[in-house]
Amino acid sequence: MTATDGYPVRRFSPERGAWARLTARDSVLRRLDWVMLLAALALSAIGTLLVYSATRNRTELNQGDPYYFLLRNLLNTGIGLALALGAVWVGHRTLRGAVPILYAISVLFTLAVLTPLGATINGARSWIQLGGGFSIQPSEFTKITITLGMAILLAGKVDAGDRHHPDHRTVVQALGLAALPIGVILLMPDLGSVMVLLVIVLAVLLASGASNRWVAGLVGAGVMGCILVWQLGVLDAYQINRFAAFANPALDPSGVGYNTNQARIAIGSGGLLGSGLFHGSQTTGQFVPEQQTDFIFTVAGEELGFVGAGTIIFLLGVVLWRACRIARESTELYGTVVAAGIIAWFAFQSFENIGMTLGIMPVTGLPLPFVSYGGSSMFAAWMAVGLLQSIKAQRPVSA
Amino acid sequence: MSGLPGGSRTSRVTIRLIAIQILVFSLLLTLFGRLWYLQIRNGDQYTAEAASNHIQQVVAPATRGSILDARGVPLADNETRLVVSANRTDLMRMKDKGRSVLNRLAGVLNLKPEDVAAKVRLCDAKTPKPCWAGSPYQPIPITDEATTQQALQIRERAEEFPGITAEPTAVRRYAQPGGANAAQVLGYLSPVTDDEITKAKDSASPLMRSDQVGRSGLERQYDAELRGKAGVTRYEVDNLGRVIGKADSDKAVPGANIVTSIDARVQAIAERELDQAMKDARKEMDRNTGTNYKADSGAVVVMESKTGRVVAMASNPSYDPNVWVGGISAKDYKDLTGKDSDYPLLNRAIQGQAAPGSIFKVISTTAAVRAGYSFTDHYNCGASYSIGNQVFKNFESKGYGPIDLGKALEVSCDTVFYDLAYRQWQKDGGNNPKHPADWFYKTAHDFGLGRTTGIDLPNEVRGRVPDREWKKRYWEANKDAWCKQGNDDDSYAGKIAKENCESGMRMRAGDSVNYSIGQGDTLVTPIQMATIYAAISNGGTLYNPTVGKAVVSPDGKRVREIKPTSHGRLPFDQRTRDQIDAALAGVATQGTAAWRFGGWPQDKVPMHAKTGTAEVYGKQTTSWFATYTSDYTIVMTISQGGTGSGASGPAVRKIYDALYGVDDKGGIDEKKALLPHPETGLPKIAKDGTIEASPIASPSPSGSPSGSASPSGSPDATEPAPPPPATRREDDTR
Repeated sequence: MTATDGYPVRRFSPERGAWARLTARDSVLRRLDWVMLLAALALSAIGTLLVYSATRNRTELNQGDPYYFLLRNLLNTGIGLALALGAVWVGHRTLRGAVPILYAISVLFTLAVLTPLGATINGARSWIQLGGGFSIQPSEFTKITITLGMAILLAGKVDAGDRHHPDHRTVVQALGLAALPIGVILLMPDLGSVMVLLVIVLAVLLASGASNRWVAGLVGAGVMGCILVWQLGVLDAYQINRFAAFANPALDPSGVGYNTNQARIAIGSGGLLGSGLFHGSQTTGQFVPEQQTDFIFTVAGEELGFVGAGTIIFLLGVVLWRACRIARESTELYGTVVAAGIIAWFAFQSFENIGMTLGIMPVTGLPLPFVSYGGSSMFAAWMAVGLLQSIKAQRPVSA
Repeated sequence: MSGLPGGSRTSRVTIRLIAIQILVFSLLLTLFGRLWYLQIRNGDQYTAEAASNHIQQVVAPATRGSILDARGVPLADNETRLVVSANRTDLMRMKDKGRSVLNRLAGVLNLKPEDVAAKVRLCDAKTPKPCWAGSPYQPIPITDEATTQQALQIRERAEEFPGITAEPTAVRRYAQPGGANAAQVLGYLSPVTDDEITKAKDSASPLMRSDQVGRSGLERQYDAELRGKAGVTRYEVDNLGRVIGKADSDKAVPGANIVTSIDARVQAIAERELDQAMKDARKEMDRNTGTNYKADSGAVVVMESKTGRVVAMASNPSYDPNVWVGGISAKDYKDLTGKDSDYPLLNRAIQGQAAPGSIFKVISTTAAVRAGYSFTDHYNCGASYSIGNQVFKNFESKGYGPIDLGKALEVSCDTVFYDLAYRQWQKDGGNNPKHPADWFYKTAHDFGLGRTTGIDLPNEVRGRVPDREWKKRYWEANKDAWCKQGNDDDSYAGKIAKENCESGMRMRAGDSVNYSIGQGDTLVTPIQMATIYAAISNGGTLYNPTVGKAVVSPDGKRVREIKPTSHGRLPFDQRTRDQIDAALAGVATQGTAAWRFGGWPQDKVPMHAKTGTAEVYGKQTTSWFATYTSDYTIVMTISQGGTGSGASGPAVRKIYDALYGVDDKGGIDEKKALLPHPETGLPKIAKDGTIEASPIASPSPSGSPSGSASPSGSPDATEPAPPPPATRREDDTR
């Protein structure tokens, strides 16, 4: 919060009206990353169409209303946008003070999933059912709280100018902070979210400038952990099956391999231009399970073809490219670390989600940011966009 | 960037951020690459897979056309049976894959649960039969013999039997009107094979997996006409097989009816009489072998003389063609085709072949006339005929002195034909032939022997004319074996083999002499002989025999008549024909067949006949009986049955009695006559597919099989009692 000489004098003039503040030369609107915002909006818009295409015939899911998912997805996007706006308005710096509370809440909700409040979907106990057909997936929000929590710890002393890099003690604290929710999520077991969280932790450590030994140690521990998990039989049979089927869908064409096989047929049959929105036989025939959520990319592949599906990857690339710029250009390490965590989250989750539909990654229950249907994931993704915008907006324009 | 305010950014962080960035974009590039690989490079393959995923065909089989007799009586039609079927898609959607439903169903149907389960499983390389080879979207029949009671149980408790239907369905029925089974003529159906589907894919009548295909007889010959076109509805289905849209549909087109020239009443009598004749023959002692005649197989053909249309065709042993309906059991199949079976699937009328014996003499007579021997000249009918040191005997060593060719036919004098054949053989160069005329062989070919008659039934055999060319081929194929056996073996068979080894390539005098009376290596089928005798009757036209008479659309509107076609004329002039005709009439009135035609109204229906008894090496003699009137030709044969008139005579006589309504006093009762003139019209098929046909009374009106109680008018009563075996007239030589 140090006053810098780059700020014009008017900054300190008496309170201006809201309109004046929005239209002024230093307006927050002018300092937003509109390219990222529009790309994210475009992804949500495409996602809404795809969700509609995938669900308008799924009478057993949409309760007879073809617009059920369309309307809910629009509502989710609206709430997400509001959350993003809130994040910008409050600002990531101001949020610092609330992070301990947010972290505590997210851990509590995560723990609640393991109690009878939790609901099991597709073999993973990762939801809390609320009334009225709503449910939340707390692990989505832990992606944000872990990022913010670790960033506060790791960047605190550096931003204060006390140290160049986070010291070992701080790193241990940060890792401990991340380990608690990750451990809980591993118990659900929601393997996909655990993988994303581990990648976030790794990226946050990297961006914080933590010692190479910590980074190498974490990677090593990850590898050891994988081996241990495999050996100790923590994984359920269905999870091992998913891995086996990704490598060879023919192993079990009617079981797990069915998902990957049908997903591949859907995408492959799209060709260059696709069969046209709402005209995909695989989608209309509901051959791909979980198509509105985890396998939303197959709708794009089939109905919009290489051009449409490629556009989604391109738009994700745009979001990530702008996020990388924000990370690099942030004046504080705090902003850089938060941005890096979000980049890792979006990048890895997108790669895993699209990769599994293309048959190059194992099948895990992860949504495609902005595109998949799902409130929690939509809110979290847009909050993250809000945070990135806040990081961008709250640094000097003159940069 | 480190120059920015708050410059806490170190190069370590900057480098790491760049690394992250590079990593992120390489991940995205990987996705692009894989997307291109799936959609652009392999797109076509996945497009095809997607299509097979979501389009499913439901086939509504076309009703197969009926096979009708000349008056419209169905020989093969469809009957409605209660078929219980299971919808596999519905079953698979259940938690236990439908097991409990199938078990309940087995209970209702009194079947074993495992049998029911086996029927609905899909065939693949590892699954033994029974299994379902058709489309999983097609209802799978569990049984086609459900009782009304069972069907009602299933339908009334529909909630207990989800996915199970009990529907009346058309299945093939071989009606056997009045006992006319005609199994080999009608043929049978069995499910189509994968190979056939592949082959017929691009043809005019592609096959559906649910199709039944005619495997023999008329069912096969007219398969395309009878089958019709199955209705196909293509549905777009979703992942659970639920229909989400109709792609297109073709309506089922029922198959056409085939009207045949078969008269079910005559057919029934022909079958019964053939069977009875064979049974009677088995009671006769064969003096050559000292055992009773085996009478192991036989055939009879009743043909319209002027058109070649087949009025009846019976082959014995026979079987019930209904065993094929609904899938034949392994045991039944073994009984029909196994090594120990008597091969009842064979249609002996077109697939059985034997030497013709003396019924061949009409050919020899014509050959002699063509070779320049006058019909009316007299030739010596001696008791025996010697060529070198070989003596060829006339039967029972009876001589008739000098007689003309007509008389030679009438009394079936062998020595006359020996002499003619031998002289002709010498004229052709004997053992050193020079441009032989071979009139006897040429004439056999001209009569249509050695090739198929072209009857509209599949797998007709050709028979054989043992001419010089054949002898040469045969010798080349067998000489090694003959020469080996001839050198090692001193027995009679060994001597024959040695002789064959040394001179089998030549047409020897003995061969030609034997050939002239229908013995030796000649092979003919009953249908060939019927065609020849019909041609003699009609003035010389060799007709391609036909069973099918017309193809009539299901609504009776469109009729395609199957017109008789000819494959040649007999090589004689009208005078020779008349002379042969007169001689054959003599056979029936005073010759070798006269004792079988006692009391026949010859003045009203002139009867012509020729008997034959063919010798078969190592077996009992084959009985042949060829007869004709101006309207009908009947040829009958019984393998290992004895003499021509002895074994076959009564049966043929009874068929004629029934046709013309001849009573025991030789009078003709028009009312009792089944078919005094061939049926020329076609049965009327109404618009709704119903056929007007008077039902067939059983037993048939004109009489009963011999041996059973005969109503008045049975030919049995009029016939002179057959002579006792000791003085039995033998009608033929050798």
